[in-house]
Amino acid sequence: MLQIRRDLVDAIVAHARKDHPDEACGVIAGPEGSDRPERFIPMLNAARSPTFYEFDSLDLLKLYREMDANDEVPVVIYHSHTATEAYPSRTDISYASEPDAHYVLVSTRDPETHEFRSYRIVDGVVTEEDVEIVDAASPEASPTESYMFANTGSDDKPDS
Amino acid sequence: MAVTVSIPTILRTHTGGEKAVEAKGNTVAEIIDDVESRHSGLKARLVKEDKLHRFVNVYVNDEDVRFSGGLDAEVSDGDTVTILPAVAGGMR
Repeated sequence: MLQIRRDLVDAIVAHARKDHPDEACGVIAGPEGSDRPERFIPMLNAARSPTFYEFDSLDLLKLYREMDANDEVPVVIYHSHTATEAYPSRTDISYASEPDAHYVLVSTRDPETHEFRSYRIVDGVVTEEDVEIVDAASPEASPTESYMFANTGSDDKPDS
Repeated sequence: MAVTVSIPTILRTHTGGEKAVEAKGNTVAEIIDDVESRHSGLKARLVKEDKLHRFVNVYVNDEDVRFSGGLDAEVSDGDTVTILPAVAGGMR
């Protein structure tokens, strides 16, 4: 299961909307071993494409050095699909190489509502997982929602 | 002196969990062969048909070797070679 703060979900969706129709991508880093996404890091899509995304290779090096220095790992790796559902494509699966990361996909194909879904991708096998959105103030204590599969919501109020 | 090779999480199964290993060589290809001689299986994850696999990025210090000779890129004592999986994907 992915447990993630509402403001981070909002930030991912806002980034995806802003870059639409190109795919948006980025990382939410968190303390090593915590499985807790904390630091939102939007990345440039070096491909600038509606059908492909790639972190710029030098940005990627900088990102990993920074995370290493902070004892962080990429807890969430996200990208958007702008014309298809929020499900990993064959290309997504072949590139996926962080077995401990939550791969988040957002679909912006509908201008009013988005899909926000999370997966584990390990050795080419995709497993969808629950997403639990928690309020920023008390991430441990008060999960506000929990759901699985095809989460949708309007953009200004993501999950009601 | 030798070269430090930084290993990404997904390839640490080949290095017994080590985040970095030492290696000797004058090019990226020689470095990879040297690491492979002690940590077998790593090379197949990095090199395909004598070229770097498109799923990985290899850097000598701050330079992506794709733009500086690929496997023939030169490496000097004290350099750091960093291996990172590319982060990429798409709708198809």
